[in-house]
Amino acid sequence: MFPKEHSLRFAQLGGMRGDPFGMKVLRPAGPAEAVRLYSQNPEALPLAGGTDLMVAWNSGRLNSRTMLDLSRLKEWRGIEATQDGVRIGPLATHCEIESHPAILKRLPLLAEACSSVGAVQIRHRGTIGGNIANASPAGDSFPALAVYEAFVHTVSQEGRRSLPILELFAGVKKTALKPGELIERIDVRFPAEPPDRQVLRKVGSRQAQTLSKTVGAGLLWLGRGGVVLELRFAFGSVAPTVKRLKAVEAAVNGRKLTAELIERACALLAEDISPIDDIRSTRQYRMVVSRNILRAFLAGA
Amino acid sequence: MGAVGTNAIRLEGAEKLCGRTKFIDDYTFEDCLYGVTLRAAIPYGRVKRISLDPNFPWDECTVVTAKDIPGKNFIAAIENDQPALVEENVLHPMQALLLVAHPSRQKAYEALGRIEVEYEELEPVLTIEDSLALKAVLREPDNVFKDVRIDKGDITSGFAAADVVVEGEYRLPHQEQAYIEPNGMAAWLEKDGALIAAGSMQCPYYVHKALLHVLGLPAEKVRVIQAATGGAFGGKEDYPSMLAAHAALLAWKSKRPVKVIYDRLEDMASTTKRHPALIRHRTGVTRDGRLSAQDIEVLFDGGAYSTMSPVVLTRGAIHASGAYACPNVRIRAKAVATNSPPNGAFRGFGVPQTMFAAELHMDRIAEALRMDPLELRRRNVLKEGSSTATGQVLRRSVGACDVLEACAKKGRYAKKVKECAAWNRKAKNATWRGAGLALAYHGGGFTGGGEDFYASRAGVALEADGAIRVLSASTEMGQGASTVFAQIAADALGVPFGWVSVQTPDTAKVPNSGPTVASRTTMIVGRLVERAARRLKAELEEASGRIPKTRPLWLKAARKFLAGRGRREIISQYERPPGIHWDDKACRGDAYGAFAYAAALVELEVDKTTYEVRVRKVVTAHEIGRAVHPLFAEGQIIGGIAQGLGYALCENAVYKRGVMQNPHFTDYIIPTALDVPPMEVLILEKPYDYGAFGSKGLGELPMDVPAPAAAAALRQATGKWFFDLPILPEKICKALHEDHI
Repeated sequence: MFPKEHSLRFAQLGGMRGDPFGMKVLRPAGPAEAVRLYSQNPEALPLAGGTDLMVAWNSGRLNSRTMLDLSRLKEWRGIEATQDGVRIGPLATHCEIESHPAILKRLPLLAEACSSVGAVQIRHRGTIGGNIANASPAGDSFPALAVYEAFVHTVSQEGRRSLPILELFAGVKKTALKPGELIERIDVRFPAEPPDRQVLRKVGSRQAQTLSKTVGAGLLWLGRGGVVLELRFAFGSVAPTVKRLKAVEAAVNGRKLTAELIERACALLAEDISPIDDIRSTRQYRMVVSRNILRAFLAGA
Repeated sequence: MGAVGTNAIRLEGAEKLCGRTKFIDDYTFEDCLYGVTLRAAIPYGRVKRISLDPNFPWDECTVVTAKDIPGKNFIAAIENDQPALVEENVLHPMQALLLVAHPSRQKAYEALGRIEVEYEELEPVLTIEDSLALKAVLREPDNVFKDVRIDKGDITSGFAAADVVVEGEYRLPHQEQAYIEPNGMAAWLEKDGALIAAGSMQCPYYVHKALLHVLGLPAEKVRVIQAATGGAFGGKEDYPSMLAAHAALLAWKSKRPVKVIYDRLEDMASTTKRHPALIRHRTGVTRDGRLSAQDIEVLFDGGAYSTMSPVVLTRGAIHASGAYACPNVRIRAKAVATNSPPNGAFRGFGVPQTMFAAELHMDRIAEALRMDPLELRRRNVLKEGSSTATGQVLRRSVGACDVLEACAKKGRYAKKVKECAAWNRKAKNATWRGAGLALAYHGGGFTGGGEDFYASRAGVALEADGAIRVLSASTEMGQGASTVFAQIAADALGVPFGWVSVQTPDTAKVPNSGPTVASRTTMIVGRLVERAARRLKAELEEASGRIPKTRPLWLKAARKFLAGRGRREIISQYERPPGIHWDDKACRGDAYGAFAYAAALVELEVDKTTYEVRVRKVVTAHEIGRAVHPLFAEGQIIGGIAQGLGYALCENAVYKRGVMQNPHFTDYIIPTALDVPPMEVLILEKPYDYGAFGSKGLGELPMDVPAPAAAAALRQATGKWFFDLPILPEKICKALHEDHI
């Protein structure tokens, strides 16, 4: 009959295609050591929350890769609120961000975006730094970071740099990070004036545990007589990287939001985004729905 | 008093709740090897050569090909056309060519990458239409696995009597069962040379039979044990026979225990799905809404091998006219071959497809007549004395009308429809709303002469220590079969529920009560348990008067009754209820002992910005004879409705050249708890004389109603008809934006 379970042996043999025995893991004790180890092992894969990485690992695709385990670096955890904004540690989890009082109050789109990621289990593990470095076109927090014009601070043996969030993304799952370079902080400034309108709309395939088909974030400041002082709008999942709507923003800034202008702005959306057909949705759907979201926002619906 | 009709505590519930239940991959075996499968990379063609990389340590592996099969190279099913391993001809891309076992699971997977296969490729047949057009002959002579024809009355005169003729075409996709535990099996040899296979399964005796043929062993040398099974929904009806054959072949050759455990990707890509279907209706109806003729064509995509397709098709065809009494019906149905993995059993077994078409078609007819869909259904619904498409005259326990009226009343159908219309007139609202109704019936037990042919056996044993044990091969897989059997046995014996235990299915210990399928477990097998328990009770009463009420007295009475006999086992065998007749050739007669009935009212809304659909509420009424365990019954209904809503609105299996492109839960979208709407469930009981304590089949029925009701609701919400599932937001968007981009 069934033999008695030998728990140790079972633990060793468990798992699927990922190979725990062929795995090399570097575990730095602090940020300085992390930077040093990464520069010595530029082929290593940084591991933060691991929510996306483990999927790849389970499939066996990472079997010979070295992991740089950053998950224990407490220096890179936490969120610090200042007078002007927040400094978010790359290991801050989505749950921490979505419930942070200053973010909820002054950067509500970021809180909402983080609360739309996966489900609560994922949000407790997944980190903002890991999310950014992973550079998925469908990263849920990116449009909010884009309209708040966040800066990503990096560190490597060569020194530090600071990049606007939009410049960090270089393509599908590609970033401007150089070998050996790690994200050490994300800075987001509070808008000087609270916006007159704001929206965050994630469109997935169900209520939770879903990847975006399109995700939009918008901030709008209006002046006298309904003239647009500033529009900032960004979409994710509709181009290789998150996109600020340059053509749309330029068309409406400084003008009164008439029905005609709104239609013109919506027509310009096709210049800013380039959705595709894939397993999750269609080009048509992403385009029409993104346009609907933009139109509803501009119309104040 | 009595356990039947109460919410008895789930027998294995505490173990599951505490995480102590062991599934097959939780067991470790001394010197165990891990078996993995090399699958064909092409949908259709011929294997020319298989070469192993000489730089890989093959001496550490056990490799099995078709040449190593000691018995016959097929997986026993209705027909024996599916090989365990490819010899030469490849008919679908997930077909197993070769097996590798290694002490390390990762090494075994690595070995697969060190094998090169050369093929001669042929142009595959990938659709029902191409199969019928004989683009290639995958199965002699005409690619048809099964052809069913049902005739009732005369459709020519039926159409002549019609005032209006309504035609429609409906398309249904694959659907994945999405059980929590993927398929897995272990096999090993005992010292006496017997082979044991243990794993996740619905049908221990199917696995047993398959192993006898593949290994060429006598029945007593093969033993099959069910391990705890984490859900199945039909998906563990026939494929576990394949898995067991693979594990057994590796164990046979290596002389070591072998586990073959699929991960989610392999499970979803390789194992069976619900049959895709193309269904055409042509219906004649009079001005006052009486159906005068139904001409229905049903086409199922069977995949590459016959497997369960003949019986799935037959059941689908028999139910294709819906729960209505039309005097003239013609149903022509075919299951055809394509170069994709075989499709198989899935909750509903062909009926969710044909019922979707039948019910949505009723809504189209109602619209053509400008009649309320509820009223049209009322005028045609099956009643006592009505005859079905096969000519089965329904005599007792006919709940169609009851569920229809109860559901409409509880859900305030007419008011809902009006409220939705009023809501939709307000342009400011962010959504469009709709309400839709559907009615279904579902035959319990095997179709036609199936139960007669199978002659299932189940029973009870009084053990030497006074324990009462139910003996059947019907598996617990989360649906509550064990608990329900214990309830039935307890009441039939007249003892407390807590005194009865249930033997885990093991072919060395339980009789063949047939597969755990077809909504037959409570109704048919439960009845066998009931009869056996009543006989045991009679014997005990004869020996010692009344059945004792206390445990000590029971033990004393049991000891006295057994008096040195060891144990007393009573097994009863299926007996056809009187007055049941079935002609399989003509597909006429009493297709099922009894039907159960369901109606559902789905209320939903569509977001005007994103076309996302949110189901706001489902009200449903199910007439099931007798709810042996009301809470489990309600659970089955809620779960089935949720699964049916997934079928309707989000589950989208994408195939390319016979290969599923999204075999994982990231992109094969099933509803989460947050997507499941509030439900009101009404259970109606019109007892069936030949089901255990009056019960009829329930497991599959709830799956039949949500999809057509949701499509009808979307018609009201969007003004568009959706005849193909799943109705994704992309489809709604496309329908509403026909003219632009």
